[in-house]
Amino acid sequence: MAVSTRVPLLELSGVSKRFGAVQALTEVRFDVFAGEVVALVGDNGAGKSTLIKVISGIHPADAGQFRFEGRDVAIHGPQDSASLGIATVYQDLALCDNLDVVANLYLGREVGGRGPLGRMNETSMEQRSIDVLRRLSVKIPSVRTPVESLSGGQRQSVAVARSVLWKNKVVLLDEPTAALGVAQTHEVLELVKRLRDEGHGVVLISHNLVDVFEVADRITVLRLGRYVGTYSAATVGREQLVALMTGAVPGEAANGEMPAGALPPAPPAWRADSTGPSAGIPGEVGR
Amino acid sequence: MSTLANDPRLIAGEASFRGIVATYRRRISSGDVGQLPVIIGLVVIWSVFGIASGGTFFTPVNLVNLSLQMAAVGTIAVGVVFVLLLGEIDLTVGVMSGLAAGIMAVLNVQAGLPGPLAVLGGLVAGLLVGAFHGMWITRFRIPSFVVTLAGLIAWQGVLLFVLGSRGTINLRDPFITGLAGTFFTGIWAWVIGAGFVVYVGGTAYMQRRNRVAAGLSGGPTLLVWARTAISAAVVALAIVVLSQDRGLPLSLVLLVGLVVVMDFVARRTRFGRMVFAVGGNAEAARRAGIPVDRVRVAVFIMASTFAAWGGILAASRLLAVTQSSGSGDVLLNAIASAVIGGTSLFGGRGTAWAALLGILVIQSISNGMDLLSFEPAIKLTITGAVLLTAVTIDALARRGREQH
Repeated sequence: MAVSTRVPLLELSGVSKRFGAVQALTEVRFDVFAGEVVALVGDNGAGKSTLIKVISGIHPADAGQFRFEGRDVAIHGPQDSASLGIATVYQDLALCDNLDVVANLYLGREVGGRGPLGRMNETSMEQRSIDVLRRLSVKIPSVRTPVESLSGGQRQSVAVARSVLWKNKVVLLDEPTAALGVAQTHEVLELVKRLRDEGHGVVLISHNLVDVFEVADRITVLRLGRYVGTYSAATVGREQLVALMTGAVPGEAANGEMPAGALPPAPPAWRADSTGPSAGIPGEVGR
Repeated sequence: MSTLANDPRLIAGEASFRGIVATYRRRISSGDVGQLPVIIGLVVIWSVFGIASGGTFFTPVNLVNLSLQMAAVGTIAVGVVFVLLLGEIDLTVGVMSGLAAGIMAVLNVQAGLPGPLAVLGGLVAGLLVGAFHGMWITRFRIPSFVVTLAGLIAWQGVLLFVLGSRGTINLRDPFITGLAGTFFTGIWAWVIGAGFVVYVGGTAYMQRRNRVAAGLSGGPTLLVWARTAISAAVVALAIVVLSQDRGLPLSLVLLVGLVVVMDFVARRTRFGRMVFAVGGNAEAARRAGIPVDRVRVAVFIMASTFAAWGGILAASRLLAVTQSSGSGDVLLNAIASAVIGGTSLFGGRGTAWAALLGILVIQSISNGMDLLSFEPAIKLTITGAVLLTAVTIDALARRGREQH
């Protein structure tokens, strides 16, 4: 299938966001297709987390176009994002430690009963929790364990599992492997791959380029709130990526768009490898 | 096979006595001490006072007195449990109980309203005060400690204003005095007791049956029988002893009924789940779409309304409302009951039963020390020490959890 005929699950362009005196995002674009993992990388303050919050509706954008499955949409708040089928797993987990796994998976969307004083259907919630955790191969001692007694990787897995329990199409993961050990990181990255294989569009924010190269199909680089470029993980090198993140070399978006005083656009040799969202996407071909 | 029971670390599903013991031991060692310390404490306290008083503590007349003493503050403590579950505090529950009783007394005695309407007036006052606290706390983002500290002073002033120059209002309305003055004897006491046991055993049985039917681990049948048998034994013993004196007090039945209903609300309803979620991690709750501020307001309304109801029960027992109604140790005892019963001061952990167990401990100590004619100085010191012990157990258990 020709890549150009496919419609991205989520496509943003011209997204800008200002916090007081800080221009956090300037004319950023981004897209993710179904069944792929796009990593969002950049140095501290590049605007990765801000972009995630714009998409999830926590901090709606000041300007920009949003298209979901080819339709123009608007995201003014978390409800808009959620109703489109975009789920966000936050850096700080957003789990309730005192509640068990089932309660956390269903938090805010409990099954059964009418109104706040309706009786919840615990058996149905527990059955579905077990099903989804098994489908994603998440291993925990018991779904009735309070989340606080789980390991970091298990907790992160529960948070990720919650995002796919609701037939979401796009899953945003903000630093899912930060503060995790080697085995636990592996556990979470395997989960990310399974989400992709199930046809979700996964957006991964990470500082860890090893993780990024392990799971990402494409890598979008941001720097100082601006779009630098999108590259195929199969062809871009690690040093190239670091150079793009730090601004040592300009990205594909630099042509005529660089702020005054920046380095002149002098494409180095590897520049030919890089691909933008409008060009062919090697990582996508053949899938 | 539709459970995750393959994990060797999972002992919970073991349907044997050893499995139950192992699960419970693991829970305790992981910092989930639950109700165990309070039950041990209660046994110790009863033994000490039983022996020291030469058996007077266990006489039917004293145990009926103990039940009557428990009802008012126990009712207030149920509301406090919910406030603590949120990780908040309400310092006005004491004065609110006095204020509601004062309003009820004025409506009944001075305005001539019938008893039930006067009681309703007191409850509505509690509801409005709670709504005011909740909205002030959530709207202006002021800690509940500060808002209710202001309330503690202000509502005391309002009570003095309501009671006016007379200072004391005596109650004679049969409905109002009947709340604490009604006792069930003979067949009625047994019917009520049986209803309680059927509820406890029946819910345990139904829950297990539903889980097994759904292919989930239902836990041992033994546990269902044990729960039913223990509750039947406690209820039967209580009725036998209390019937030798005046009988089963209505106010105790109302307290236990409130605890049963609120336990259901806490554990089985969406609202209860929201309360636990807000107390556990308010930001996570907000992101999950839970209306955090509305939950907070609702809980403060509950706390004030239950405080009002407790104050009405206290007035009914004392047959009067005075300027000191709801002052003194009412607030301290209500909060202490909730905490001693196993409700965490840090939010997110506790059960409605904590209020009942806690007030049983607090009131047993107070009652026992009265029987032994202790000085107030000693009484206050010991009550404070018990509270400190309970809070320390909570803090240590919390540290145990964090290490895991």
